[in-house]
Amino acid sequence: MIGDWIDVGPLAAIPLRGARTVPVAGGEEIAIFRTGDDAVYALVNRCPHKQGPLSQGIVHGHAVACPLHNMRISLASGEAMGDDEGCVPTIPVRVDAGRVLLSRMGAIATALAA
Amino acid sequence: MDFHASTEIVTSGDDAGADRRAHLVVIGNGMAGCRAIEELLARDGTRYRVTIFGGEPHVNYNRIMLSPVLAGEKTFDEIVINGHDWYRDNDIELVAGDPVVAIDRMAKTVTANSGRTVAYDKLLIATGSDPFIIPVPGKDLPGVISFRDMNDVDAMLAAAAKGGDAVVIGGGLLGLEAAHGLTLRGMKVTVIHLMPTLMERQLDEAAGWLLKTALEARGQTILTGADTAEIVGDARVEGVRLKDGTVIPASLVVMAVGIRPNVKLAREAGLDVGRGIKVDDHMVTSDPDVLAVGECVEHDGNVYGLVAPLWEMCRSLADGLVENHTGYKGSVTSTKLKVAGLDVFSAGDFSGGEGAEDIVLRDAARGIYKRVVVKDDRIVGAVLYGDTADGSWYFDLLRKQEDISEIRELLIFGQAYASGGGQADPKAAVAALSDDAEICGCNGVSKAKVIQTIVSGAVSLDAVRSGCKASASCGSCTNLVEQLLSLTLGEDYGGERTVKTLCKCTSFGHDDVRREIVAQGMRSIPEVMQRLHWSTPDGCSACRPALNYYLLCAWPGEYADDQQSRFVNERMHANIQKDGTYSVVPRMWGGLTNPRELRAIADVVEKFNAPMVKVTGGQRLDIFGIRKEDLPAVWADLNAAGMVSGHAYGKSLRTVKTCVGSEWCRFGTQDSTGLGVRIERMTWGSWMPHKFKIAVSGCPRNCAEATIKDFGIVCVDSGYELHVGGNGGIKVRATDLLCKVATERQAMDYCAAFIQLYREEARYLERTAPWIERVGLDYVKSRVVEDEIGREALTARFLVSQSFSQDDPWAARAAGVDRGQHQHLGEFRPFQLEAAE
Repeated sequence: MIGDWIDVGPLAAIPLRGARTVPVAGGEEIAIFRTGDDAVYALVNRCPHKQGPLSQGIVHGHAVACPLHNMRISLASGEAMGDDEGCVPTIPVRVDAGRVLLSRMGAIATALAA
Repeated sequence: MDFHASTEIVTSGDDAGADRRAHLVVIGNGMAGCRAIEELLARDGTRYRVTIFGGEPHVNYNRIMLSPVLAGEKTFDEIVINGHDWYRDNDIELVAGDPVVAIDRMAKTVTANSGRTVAYDKLLIATGSDPFIIPVPGKDLPGVISFRDMNDVDAMLAAAAKGGDAVVIGGGLLGLEAAHGLTLRGMKVTVIHLMPTLMERQLDEAAGWLLKTALEARGQTILTGADTAEIVGDARVEGVRLKDGTVIPASLVVMAVGIRPNVKLAREAGLDVGRGIKVDDHMVTSDPDVLAVGECVEHDGNVYGLVAPLWEMCRSLADGLVENHTGYKGSVTSTKLKVAGLDVFSAGDFSGGEGAEDIVLRDAARGIYKRVVVKDDRIVGAVLYGDTADGSWYFDLLRKQEDISEIRELLIFGQAYASGGGQADPKAAVAALSDDAEICGCNGVSKAKVIQTIVSGAVSLDAVRSGCKASASCGSCTNLVEQLLSLTLGEDYGGERTVKTLCKCTSFGHDDVRREIVAQGMRSIPEVMQRLHWSTPDGCSACRPALNYYLLCAWPGEYADDQQSRFVNERMHANIQKDGTYSVVPRMWGGLTNPRELRAIADVVEKFNAPMVKVTGGQRLDIFGIRKEDLPAVWADLNAAGMVSGHAYGKSLRTVKTCVGSEWCRFGTQDSTGLGVRIERMTWGSWMPHKFKIAVSGCPRNCAEATIKDFGIVCVDSGYELHVGGNGGIKVRATDLLCKVATERQAMDYCAAFIQLYREEARYLERTAPWIERVGLDYVKSRVVEDEIGREALTARFLVSQSFSQDDPWAARAAGVDRGQHQHLGEFRPFQLEAAE
């Protein structure tokens, strides 16, 4: 099906061990993460603990530490790590020819859930 | 043999017209096309009559061996896979140097450049890939080449014969091999790489750093994070200009930034093309009589640029051609850098994912880094640097999806250890070591010596370290020493250490790390992690900010701050609030302000609809509710009124709080306001282990609350009382009196010395209050008060550091630096169509 993936921008705009945001009209903002070894993940930009913007946390390994209270979230599953509990939705994402592509269905599902 | 003839046609076998066999035409005389035919011939040598068209005037050669040819390690003859005799013996017609320019699928013919048209029953497209040429001005100048075929190698050899400077654009596998070859041929080579680390697709940051260091030691200049703006030159190339304005002279520029599947013919023939020519599991395209193989195809969404998948594709293709369908299932790839003396290996996926765990081994003395990624008891990826002997073993385990749970403990030590002597228990392995086996290589301590030290009363790691020096230097034998403690003491060994480690990524404490950074001259976070044997690939949210600070403190003006190792507030230069917006505190020197500043703040509050403005405890105004996107504009407005960052967000000097002092107050003894302003001018912008607050009170009534600050001055008639280590936070602590000085100059010098001692010796995130309680007031006095020469040196080091740190970060951001921090990557409007109706 054409248009299964939405081009949201160049991978080069996300620093290694960093994140950038993609606002969704009518839905929740999505954070696109890039790890030190160049894997890319997309999560709703909201910590399950106190709704902190995960995109602003420190990325290490394949996890991010929430900037508000340091809860660690697995980028792959969206689950809180260690003794904490909670989960944030993930959105399928891939990189093609240097562009970041978000799953249209995933992003829409996120928007509808909001 | 002359491989350089412009056109070469080898015709053999029966007259085509009399041959009843199906005619298989191959477009592409490269590795994939010929390998496919080899596989076919091995299965059935009689089924097809074969014609191969090649664009290059050569027989089939091993393209991946071009690097050794460039490096002078091999000759062209040595990399030929199939010579003329192979074509002749197998009855294959080779049309070399006459590329196919069109496919007519209706007529089932191909037409070559010369006009020659040949009919096919089955067509195999193996056109490979083309080098990607970055579209910069000057890309077509003579002297700018790619690194793809024998022609390119000849051009490089001709240029190298004249010597001079070469630039290689692209620090991937191919670019580094080109750079290596040109260096060996006597050129002065600069590698320009867009990304922050070399070979970022294959290596992680740690291995990339090791590789860069090794290549630099061989005389290459490696510029990472470097973006090419233009290739300069009149008649031919003279140099490369980067976007930051740097110009690098070059008589040769090699573009090796990547490859693109060559799909031109297929697209023009109307075949289904994505990134590559789309094929099914049997390498059949959207036309059942047209097949495709190699780097030009896209299988199951994947395009490959390495040689191993090609072999697997060719097997499935040949199976299909002889009606014995097996089907290609995609490939897992591994990479090895072909640069003599540098062992680099990478395989599979080390991007981890859910449930993936890293096993990391670092050996700084031998320059080794190994990382194996394990998921569900199976290896999913590996990166090896310095010792790649086990690369093929890991790759084999990975491809076969072997369960490694039995050998997991020893996996990282390699095949010999893990599956060799049956020493499945690391402790048993240590127990089996002979008495004279060396445990600590740095200090030459044997196993017998360590055990003797333990038996004579050293029952903790620290005691062993001070008793016999084992594990006291680089720390890589810490685990061995701990196992010896455990073996020797049995249950009596508590396993507890008296020194708390910096974080879970290391066995070193803060003080050890700081000492080693200075002693070993370490200059970057990856270097510290490698030399001090970090157990994670890139640290955690506790150690990265700490290392960033320690490096910044150790090498002022030299160390490049790592933004991604900063907590959000320091990265955004504002304070994040619970709703994700930010608060902004402009600096007001000593708590003084004026109408212009107040108007600018009022204007910002209205312009950006800030819902609240508050006076802070440190005598500043705090503007709340600013969105990250608006921060640069807010700062630009505040800058325009002369205000700079207040650093209310940093582990840094926050505020100097003052009272009105002798200028206004009837009790004031000294100019506390003026002194506060001067101290703030001296100290602002300095990064510290934690936040740092100063106050200056004009008399002992202490209206500025100087005795609960990190550094407080209480003015008295005869001079200035200097107080340190106060804290008004969770645990209130009044200051200790450091000393009394007579002049304002002395007060400022002592302040600078005290701050520098704190900057150099306190642990990251340790306020002055717990630091002083830990080291003792007497120690601080001995350094700052009693040792005059030492104090002057501390003050001087602080001022040197300050000369690099007093640039307003807001002005830089307002001018566009790190613009991305404040912008969205993109936007998504899923319901835009509905909304438009």
